[in-house]
Amino acid sequence: MRLLAAMSGGVDSAVAAALAVDAGHEVTGVHLALSPDRQTLRSGARGCCSVEDAHDARRVADELGIPFYVWDLAERFAEDVVEDFVAEYAAGRTPNPCLRCNERIKFSAVLDRARALGFDAVVTGHHARLAGGELRRSVDAAKDQSYVLAVLTADQLAGAVFPLGSMTKRRVREVAAERGFAVAAKADSHDICFIPDGDTRGFLTRRLGARPGPVVDAATGAVVGEHAGAHGFTVGQRRGLGVAAGDSRPRYVLGIEPVTRTVTIGTADLAGVGEVRTDPPTWTGPAAALPLRAEVQLRAHGTPVPCTVTAGDGGGLRLLLDSPQRGVAPGQSAVLYAPDAERGDRVLGQAAVASTAW
Amino acid sequence: MSSSEAAYLDHAATTPLLPAVLAAMAGQLGRVGNASSLHASGRAARRVAEQSRERLAEALGARPSEVLFTGGGTESDNLAVKGLFWARRDADPRRRRIVVSPAEHHAVLDSVEWLAAHDGAEVTWLPVEPTGRVTPRALRAALGTGEDVALASVMWANNEIGTVSDLAALAGVAHAVGVPLHTDAVQAVGQVPVDFAASGVDALTMTAHKLGGPMGAGVLLLRRDVACTPLLHGGGQERDVRSGTLDVAAIVGLQVATTTAVADREDRADRLAALRDRLVAGVVAQVPDVQLNGAPLDDLLDGTVEGGPGRLPGNAHLSFPGAEGDALLMLLDARGVECSTGSACSAGVARPSHVLLATGADPDRARSSLRFSLGHTSTDADVDALLAVIGPVVERARRAGMGRR
Repeated sequence: MRLLAAMSGGVDSAVAAALAVDAGHEVTGVHLALSPDRQTLRSGARGCCSVEDAHDARRVADELGIPFYVWDLAERFAEDVVEDFVAEYAAGRTPNPCLRCNERIKFSAVLDRARALGFDAVVTGHHARLAGGELRRSVDAAKDQSYVLAVLTADQLAGAVFPLGSMTKRRVREVAAERGFAVAAKADSHDICFIPDGDTRGFLTRRLGARPGPVVDAATGAVVGEHAGAHGFTVGQRRGLGVAAGDSRPRYVLGIEPVTRTVTIGTADLAGVGEVRTDPPTWTGPAAALPLRAEVQLRAHGTPVPCTVTAGDGGGLRLLLDSPQRGVAPGQSAVLYAPDAERGDRVLGQAAVASTAW
Repeated sequence: MSSSEAAYLDHAATTPLLPAVLAAMAGQLGRVGNASSLHASGRAARRVAEQSRERLAEALGARPSEVLFTGGGTESDNLAVKGLFWARRDADPRRRRIVVSPAEHHAVLDSVEWLAAHDGAEVTWLPVEPTGRVTPRALRAALGTGEDVALASVMWANNEIGTVSDLAALAGVAHAVGVPLHTDAVQAVGQVPVDFAASGVDALTMTAHKLGGPMGAGVLLLRRDVACTPLLHGGGQERDVRSGTLDVAAIVGLQVATTTAVADREDRADRLAALRDRLVAGVVAQVPDVQLNGAPLDDLLDGTVEGGPGRLPGNAHLSFPGAEGDALLMLLDARGVECSTGSACSAGVARPSHVLLATGADPDRARSSLRFSLGHTSTDADVDALLAVIGPVVERARRAGMGRR
């Protein structure tokens, strides 16, 4: 196959590209310049992104003897990922920018362009298994990224190759070291790439400004405090609420109402969610027949919970969780899995959380 | 396809080393001797370096003492722009203005912008013709009385679109108001007639590797009566303007490459222009809406053969409407044809050519362009290799669109 390897400059995508070359494919490397931070752009004719990452990716491509180019997708990334992230928070929802990037950049803008230029698929260093159109969890449970890939449709998955799904992260680093890649020991990236200092609240405050509003106790309806901006809170959050409750029981964020900027808090017994209503789902294959027994994962690295899936309002889904979960926020992705201990849990599809109920 | 099989159409980026250069350099690399030393080994090294300086001066219409060896074109441009600015401003603090064309190489542009950002320089951007040429009239208008101008800089031939400007006429305009003129002649030397003394310019940048010489070796020709503050301080070599131990092997390579390129210039120019014309005609036949950027292929500088060509003989700069230069380059590379899109940043992000934007081209046209540049090893087979694939490549790149919404 003619494959386009998306090379971030990290160890995963380096090894993924190397394995694609080993498998006999005709591989071309691209580094996606996504930096939306205009302060790192020079005014005038030339702009720069993460120069060091691009260099690391180019070094690996040169060692592999494959062509390498940099594609500038900063504008699309700013629009489809960063602006979406800010708008979602402003609307009181909790977005996942990595999922959005896979959906709209890597397996949309990049895949579309790759196909137009004659490539069959895009290779990435994601930790997930993909065979026969079935997307499954990685063998490395701690590094599994199937959650942020579940948004991909069958057509997008047909244009994706994930060579690392059957390898542990440790093995990936070993392979990189065996091949002499300088990135073998490069640190994993954890933070949101466009918030390099990790201060999401600060980033949102800079973008959205101060938006003060009341903090309300769910049990009494009383205003118990004031906050500087609802975007500083996530449903399920316990620390940093800035209010002193009358008793010693911990309080959790139960809900965020963007219009009145009201942040509702309550005790643990009120924080659990037993029912999740979603926006219309996307399926990795044919739409699943409902009702359906499945496992649902409600956030990245969250624990999957058995649930019953039925049809909800307006084309959405209604998920009845076998056991109540805390920290389920509108905007988060509910990813449905068919458990399979042997071959890896299979991703059925996903839907954005619209609302929750006890 | 390996690079040895590729059709190399990127000689303006760099051109293969001449065998005679390799031999001359190899003869020096094994010898000991610092050209600044007083003993026999030092004298021997100095003799070789100074012979090279004299031959180089002769080939370029300069005096030996006007030849300053540097580490390449970028250093020569930095030295000329910053060195002339500092020296002129120090002599008269009113001289803070730099008059420069926006189509210059980044070695000039970024030096100018650095001086503006950090050292109080004011920049006057010269208007350029749609061909990219700077006219004497435009320079005259920009200089005014000249008393507040530190220097002017206009490139002899543009590295992207190949347009040649009339440096003798421009130097006359600058000198009429007492302003020194620097020219980046990196692409001009060996391609069009370049005579330093006859042109009247005060400082001229050239480099070896565009002529079949080694990388990392360049020259700044600097008139003896022009003061230039050094960038590099140290042992006082090169008239105290550029300190550093002379790289004798590189200097010999530079000299052999330059004298050979200048001696062969007319024959090679005729051959490359014919090859280039065939390349353009062949592309037009397959992609009828392709646009030629820069001056017409048969342009003459002052309308006469005596004035010399108005466009570099080996340069074809083309825009392919609806296709992205990036995509074209990648598709051609995959088919063994090597060319260039113009400037990329250090991270490798392709940018719309600042040269085309300076000529008034819209950003889409600037982004859809490719530079094909021919040189001493170019053959009919190289052009044939391009013509064999360009039609389908453009078609495919157009399907991929401009990559933006």
